[in-house]
Amino acid sequence: MTAPFAVVTPGSAAPGATAPATPKNLPHTGGEANPSAEALRARFGAAIERVDVVWGETTVYVQGARLLEIVRWLHDDPAQQYDYLSDVTAVEHRDLDQPLEVVWHLRSLPFRRFLRVKVRIAKGEKLEVDSVWPVYKGADWLEREAYDMFGIDFRGHPDMRRILMWESFKEGYPLRKDFPLRGRFSRSEQLRQALDQDPEARYSMEELSVADAFEDLPPDMRERLASGEKVGE
Amino acid sequence: MGLSRHPSLADTQTLAARTTADREIVSYDPKSQEGWVTTRLDFLVNWGRANSLWPMPFGTACCAIEFMATAASHYDLARFGMERMSFSPRQADVLICAGRVPFKLAPIIRRIWQQMPQPKWCISMGACASTGGMFDNYAVVQGIDTIIPVDVYVPGCPPRPEGLLHGIRMLQEKVKNERGADERVRDEMEPDPNSKLYIPPAMIDELSEPFGNSVHQTRSAP
Repeated sequence: MTAPFAVVTPGSAAPGATAPATPKNLPHTGGEANPSAEALRARFGAAIERVDVVWGETTVYVQGARLLEIVRWLHDDPAQQYDYLSDVTAVEHRDLDQPLEVVWHLRSLPFRRFLRVKVRIAKGEKLEVDSVWPVYKGADWLEREAYDMFGIDFRGHPDMRRILMWESFKEGYPLRKDFPLRGRFSRSEQLRQALDQDPEARYSMEELSVADAFEDLPPDMRERLASGEKVGE
Repeated sequence: MGLSRHPSLADTQTLAARTTADREIVSYDPKSQEGWVTTRLDFLVNWGRANSLWPMPFGTACCAIEFMATAASHYDLARFGMERMSFSPRQADVLICAGRVPFKLAPIIRRIWQQMPQPKWCISMGACASTGGMFDNYAVVQGIDTIIPVDVYVPGCPPRPEGLLHGIRMLQEKVKNERGADERVRDEMEPDPNSKLYIPPAMIDELSEPFGNSVHQTRSAP
């Protein structure tokens, strides 16, 4: 794709895209897989571990080591064009022997396709995968959320910090199966630690600094800043 | 002396008798050029305070929707002198906490409470603000009275606007019965100077630089 983004209207979908329709009589498992799955198999071979189709949605299990390469190909290839990352999350199964799964939800607007990409991290292994931030800038906060709730370290993420819980939250990762519902500390200790946090210290310098984002600002705002207009505060 | 029958101090026996008398001590002599009114200072001040409570809405969840309904035309908080929502804590009298407060918000609601000038009151609206409600988990404060003092708890999940109005009327009753001489009700617990929560008075003055028309209204000022 040459343009940074493209607006998809009903007339402008890619050739071969299926018409939008509400699917009917979907089987629970099986059924027609997303054509991207076959293309992935042909391109990456053994890096694609498994393809599942559940309720008409295709899940591709891939090797963690090649994740970034695969996602980048899905984004860049003219026959795929997965231009929208709608979610990054993780699943830990109740059966503690099952591996933890990290999930990416990809959507191709021109082809009207949805693809779920999963990486399995076996129990006992380090919770680390590549960040897809170099491909999708929108992965920034989504990956921070997955880190906050599950403790997954996304390699290459520019700013790996908690996003929902406060900075000084010391109790661990709340959506893990071994996390007690009420937390690890007593109520009074939780309250004491919460009141100790500094409400003004939640933003990184990156978030507060306009100078770093200067090139990304719209032209009119750049002009106003360059002419000396004060912003914020 | 015409119609006046204001009680002398010797007449006052009980609190109940005094309160009844409060309502009847307004007098007016039609023959004189000037009308005159006698009352107790407490009564007058409390009457003014109770009927012009400015709420600081702290809405975090569904209770805030009911709160908005209460403030809107059908239930009309303005009837009770509360038509002016104060979105600045420095010009507010009553903090209405509507909704659950997660631990992440705890220092913020505490700071908002500290920024409100005396006299101030607090209404805890709904089950979550009062007790944590159904959110008995790692992230939610189990009742805002663990952080700030609460005057009136309004039960419900969420409470109906009538419930909140009832709570507000209860608070007005409480305000009307306060005694100015009783300074204990204005006591504030100072934060521990060793905690990060503690802000020295000089810094409070700096943070509360003049804005609006309340140039001298800072918390550390006497």
